[in-house]
Amino acid sequence: MSNLNSLAHFWPELILAVTVIVAIIADLFYRREDSYKVAWWLLGGLALTLFSIRIGGSLVSSLFMGTIAVDPFSEFFKVLILLSTTLVILMSLNSKELKEYRVGEYFSILAIMAFGLFLMASAIDILMVYIAIEIVSIMSFFLAGYLKKKPESNEASLKYVIYGAFSSGIMLYGLSILFGLTGTTKFFEMQAAIASLGPDSSLALLLATVFILVGFGYKISAVPFHFWTPDVYEGSPTTITAYLSVAPKAAGFAMLIRFFNQVLGDGSVMTSSTWLALNGIPWPQLIAVLAAATMTVGNLVAIQQNSVKRMLAYSSIAHAGYMMMALPLMSESGIYGIMMYLTMYLFMNLGAFYVVIYVEGTSGGESFEDFNGLGWKMPLVGGVMTLFMVALTGLPPTAGFIGKFYIFAAVIEAGSQYYWLAFVGVVNSVISLYYYIRVVKHMYLTGERSESVELPSSKLVIIVLLFLAIPTFVFGWYFGPVANWISESLVIFNGM
Amino acid sequence: MNHLLSWIIWLPILGMVSIAFVPRDKSEVIKKIAAVFSGLQLLLAIYLWRIFDASNGTFQFMERAEWIPSFNITYILGVDGLSLPMVFLMALIGFIGVFVSWNIDKAVKGYFSLFLLLNTGVMGVFLSLDFFLFYIFWEVMLLPMYFLIGMWGGPQREYAAIKFFIYTLFGSVLMLIAILALYFTCGNTFDMLVLMDTAPTALNGMLWWGMSAIKVIWVLLFIGFAIKVPVFPFHTWLPLAHVEAPTAISVILAGVLLKLGVYGILRVNYNMLPDGVFWFAGALAVLGLINVIWGAMCALAQTDLKKLVAYSSVNHMGYTLIGMAAVIAASEMNGENLISAQAGLGGAVFQMFNHGTISAMLFILVGVIYDRAHHRDIDGFGGLASQMPIYTAFVAIAFFAGLGLPGFSGFVSEAMIFIGAFPIFKTVVIISTLGILLNAAYFLWAFQRMFFGPANEKYKDIPEINKRELFTVIPLAVITLILGVYPRPFLDLIAATLNVLIESVVSFGGLAAAM
Repeated sequence: MSNLNSLAHFWPELILAVTVIVAIIADLFYRREDSYKVAWWLLGGLALTLFSIRIGGSLVSSLFMGTIAVDPFSEFFKVLILLSTTLVILMSLNSKELKEYRVGEYFSILAIMAFGLFLMASAIDILMVYIAIEIVSIMSFFLAGYLKKKPESNEASLKYVIYGAFSSGIMLYGLSILFGLTGTTKFFEMQAAIASLGPDSSLALLLATVFILVGFGYKISAVPFHFWTPDVYEGSPTTITAYLSVAPKAAGFAMLIRFFNQVLGDGSVMTSSTWLALNGIPWPQLIAVLAAATMTVGNLVAIQQNSVKRMLAYSSIAHAGYMMMALPLMSESGIYGIMMYLTMYLFMNLGAFYVVIYVEGTSGGESFEDFNGLGWKMPLVGGVMTLFMVALTGLPPTAGFIGKFYIFAAVIEAGSQYYWLAFVGVVNSVISLYYYIRVVKHMYLTGERSESVELPSSKLVIIVLLFLAIPTFVFGWYFGPVANWISESLVIFNGM
Repeated sequence: MNHLLSWIIWLPILGMVSIAFVPRDKSEVIKKIAAVFSGLQLLLAIYLWRIFDASNGTFQFMERAEWIPSFNITYILGVDGLSLPMVFLMALIGFIGVFVSWNIDKAVKGYFSLFLLLNTGVMGVFLSLDFFLFYIFWEVMLLPMYFLIGMWGGPQREYAAIKFFIYTLFGSVLMLIAILALYFTCGNTFDMLVLMDTAPTALNGMLWWGMSAIKVIWVLLFIGFAIKVPVFPFHTWLPLAHVEAPTAISVILAGVLLKLGVYGILRVNYNMLPDGVFWFAGALAVLGLINVIWGAMCALAQTDLKKLVAYSSVNHMGYTLIGMAAVIAASEMNGENLISAQAGLGGAVFQMFNHGTISAMLFILVGVIYDRAHHRDIDGFGGLASQMPIYTAFVAIAFFAGLGLPGFSGFVSEAMIFIGAFPIFKTVVIISTLGILLNAAYFLWAFQRMFFGPANEKYKDIPEINKRELFTVIPLAVITLILGVYPRPFLDLIAATLNVLIESVVSFGGLAAAM
């Protein structure tokens, strides 16, 4: 579609961009202590964006001369991104850490990041892939270092910059090898060109694949590209940690799915229910091994943490590993499983982080000891935290189980060559029980019982908590509508 | 009454919801609500038993409702002669458990809410016929159990609770893999009735990494269930959890939760993988034997009365396994000894039920003495018979029932198991009778040390067992005695179902050789 015609289908991104500009201008008129009001402008803009996605219809096409895809698949991810952005903005309103800063631009940057994530979820051209990743990365560097008076936050930002620059450099190198081999930047032309390459270029292809995997792996914090994650997650404002652990991961997975299945797949993606890797490039095996390593390392290191925030950081690495299990399957149900998992993960992980933010705000810390007796003192917060922990472990009847169930089902369905992966996966969920339940232990078993019962003082806190907790519970046994929504969203633009 | 089974499952949840509306300082009201709802559940279970058609070996009172059609997940309930005794047992012990817990004074609201949730989870497992539903109920039990042990338990409660949780979760995730493998290899369905038809043949000849698919799935499921039973060497969570749990929870653990494992093996492994039964029966009998001897030896070495009772569970569940293994006697190559298979399997199911009543009684009685003396050291008592004659009488009943004295129900089931298993597992049966001897030894020795001999001055004024406690023990003692003398009603109840089960296991016996 030509550039001018494309604009008509680019409404969500356009509205988001206008929202950001409006927010930045609005910020100029607020005094420092009122700067949080920018959030309300943004929330309005995000609502409009969501609305424009929903009325956009289910057009399946490419925009801007084949650099961006519009399809139900990207709409699905855009909705997830909008949802998590909205929730993180709401969560930020109650964050104590951010109180001493002017937060106007914090919110604007968050929205720019959402814009970048939108592009990530729909890019079908390697240049657009790179631009999208860079928009998101640079915005996350800002946000990670937003607490400028806190040394850890500065450290987080700097580490993030160095790792980010390095990994995108390597990825760029991989992409340029790919360009050199194929002479095009567009996914589908690349796919066709690679399919006709002779065996003498297979080493270059493998190299390019590995390099590109470094870039993507960094974005979804897969082992061994995860080293930035714990420090960045710990040092950043907790709201940003929550955001980084959900939204960029979702977009990163969208990108991974598109890239690996459409560029390095045999071209039958989504036209048949399973497909094959192109030219025998061993990327499925590579990703399967990375998935196993990611969840195992994430879980084993999470056990040793003394800070709940850091524990959640490592556990989010493990969650990326669970989702990665479904990537090498190259089946529709694998993609379905990832989408299901991400939906469930959004609620439970944001929920867990929100409770950490809340506890940080009331008791001043985020170590396990700060949770002692929380369940008795604040039954609501303790109760929903228990729910989030149980869900993150993947026990029924919670959303977390359904996510894992779909992933494991996809892995088992793929046949006996992947059973080992399913086995590693389930053993890992048992390991994760140990550290998730430790939070519950501190909330109920270790702490003193208190006679007085407290509710969070702010209504907004209660509403957001319930908004996260209710789906976490209800989707555990009534996920039919979500399942249908994902089935409808399983339409990926495939170049036709 | 329509949806009878749903009512039985969900009544405790209704109770839980009602409790949520009671202020937390009104502990009497909370206890009464729990009693009313589990009482109603017990009445429904008795009613179910009365209208159940015992001559029919198939599932009855089926319920079916759409749930998640896109994944072929359905809400299916049904009851047969195998699950009915377990449903009754759970309802009875759930009801009695409320009264056993009457002394709980810490966080009463939380305790009874979790207690009722546990009840729903267990009932759900026994009654669901959709694998997805089965798995959900199976896991729903874990969290309440964790809290009940971890919050209201003894000094080592946190360790015991997490150990229990991790062990059983490990078992159930293996089960999840097996369930999914069955789903995808046997026609994309979780409907256990359909799987019982398709699974025995669908997996034939399928190889995974050179191993027969049937064996792989069998082992995955078996480990999942064996951890619950618990079968040696997966039993180490049990003594700890039993000892640390509050009395009522030990009662439920030993009385019902252990049965879930055996029930699962019979319902899933036996019905869906009959070929595997033939492959594994020998191992099952040997594992049963190890349980019998190991459990008895460990029990003999204990000085803590509750630990002794806990190990006696390991010992008693061992007999069940031996009885279950006897089912292969009915196959062609083993001489079509149907009587032997019926006796063995019938004995195993009967033993499950009997262990439920007897171990519940034992744990309640341990709780009674612990509440008074605040310790459970067997050697720390002595001469209690003169101070607490009624209590002594009930302990005597429980101990004698536990050691399998004729006249008590335990004798009948153990005898049936031995009769059934003898024709095929002669060595195992002969050695396991040694277990009976050890069994008698540890019970009688403990009894002697506690109740006879010179009276311990410290417990001169120890109060006699009270009416509430008697109320919890008497029904169990009566059932044990009646079934010991007249086991017919129980055996008739399960016979038709077990015949169907034996028939379905044996009809695939010929395939076993080809495996």
